[in-house]
Amino acid sequence: MNLTLYVWRQKNAQDKGRMEKYDAKNITSHMSFLEMLDVVNEDLIHQNIEPIAFDHDCREGICGTCSLMINGIPHGPQRATTVCQLHMRYFKDGDTIYIEPWRSRAFPIVRDLIVDRSAFDRIMQAGGFISVNTGGVPDANSIPISKKDADTAMDAAACIGCGACVAACPNASAMLFIAAKVSHFASLPQGQIERKERVKKMIAHMDKEGFGNCTNYYECEAACPKEISVKFIAKMNREYFKASLTGR
Amino acid sequence: MNTSELDQITSIPTPVNVSVASVSKKVLMAVTGAILLSFISVHLLGNLQIFIGQGQLNNYAETLQSLKGLKWTVRIVTIIAVIIHIWTGVLLWFENKKARPISYYKHDTIQASLSSRTMIYTGLLIFFFVIYHLLQFTLIVTNPQYANLRDALGRHDVYSMVILGFSNYFISGAYIIAVLMLAFHISHAISSFFQTLGWNNDKVLPKLKLLANIVAILFFIGYASIPVSVLLHIVKLPVGGY
Repeated sequence: MNLTLYVWRQKNAQDKGRMEKYDAKNITSHMSFLEMLDVVNEDLIHQNIEPIAFDHDCREGICGTCSLMINGIPHGPQRATTVCQLHMRYFKDGDTIYIEPWRSRAFPIVRDLIVDRSAFDRIMQAGGFISVNTGGVPDANSIPISKKDADTAMDAAACIGCGACVAACPNASAMLFIAAKVSHFASLPQGQIERKERVKKMIAHMDKEGFGNCTNYYECEAACPKEISVKFIAKMNREYFKASLTGR
Repeated sequence: MNTSELDQITSIPTPVNVSVASVSKKVLMAVTGAILLSFISVHLLGNLQIFIGQGQLNNYAETLQSLKGLKWTVRIVTIIAVIIHIWTGVLLWFENKKARPISYYKHDTIQASLSSRTMIYTGLLIFFFVIYHLLQFTLIVTNPQYANLRDALGRHDVYSMVILGFSNYFISGAYIIAVLMLAFHISHAISSFFQTLGWNNDKVLPKLKLLANIVAILFFIGYASIPVSVLLHIVKLPVGGY
């Protein structure tokens, strides 16, 4: 199939950037979206045009590196799928596809479609961890955890930190990401020691990074490739109030 | 990132940020919204007494006016709630605009409801309408001739004032549009309130959304029934004029 692409091109953080039109020729429906971009880039190189820079790593849908806004939806039209797992069979011959980077003040553009998501890392550094002493590897299953809590923690831990929630949110809010991390740790025995401090520090740091505020649109949940539920935002709010009211 | 920056982040003095944190602003929004919702619930129950008759509504109005302590407590609480609600709403709106300085060339909505996306607009329209509404019925500035309406018992004739006001198609039309905006606003607000305060999970959420829609429709029917009944002459001026 042949497609028309409109792709955001931006040399560096300082450049103003613009949408450029490219033709994607001889694309097969078996290709992943990123493979399609690889083909387009080959073509651009032959034409002596700088290839399109985009983030990717595992291409298995588990690392959270790929990050493209496709036709106005993070990770494209297929629900619960990262861009690398999105296949060209979801498009048809003659389609026009708009490809843009995540847009958020907290995610500055590095180049073309690549954004700097280290704001997420800094939020994790502010409180998204548990303190464990170094030493021998602890015995597996030595700490009993109820099935219910383990399931909740696993649902929250499915977050791969790709930032689609921020990209989808009309307010560029990162609350689903923080909510997933806070809920993950708060559901497990190992997370109890820093439970109150964690939620306060992570939220304080989230605000500092310049993310927007959640106004309950729930676009994040719909865009999330791991289908993290907005119930975790409610849980994060609960955790925050408990921590604020009862102190450290 | 260097070590000193990291230190700065990891040593954030937690209690200091509480009053301005994003989550706290949402709580202010939710709690003041709940106060305003309580106000319009009581207000609706008061207004619906127009269907019982002139005596009932005028008596209710006179009783309210005579309870000065209650009246002013409610007024002050409501005004403070309005100020905080609008202040947080506008503040959040500006902050959220700032969080995405460059908008998308193409942005699709996946599941956000129309009411959730129009909160700031429906909210501001309601606010401007409320100012007009107060000028019309509370301060009686727009139609000063209604200030001296008296019923047979010498009470201020609120009943006739409402009917005369709503007999005007433009006033009724504006009122119906305003309560429609209100219903829209409420349909997002109620489920949002529970989500923001953390009283929510994935089993409760669909029920809350349904509840919010039902409450919103009831408010719309309740409020809109008054001008509609006046225009359809279901509620009429007392026999022999006012």
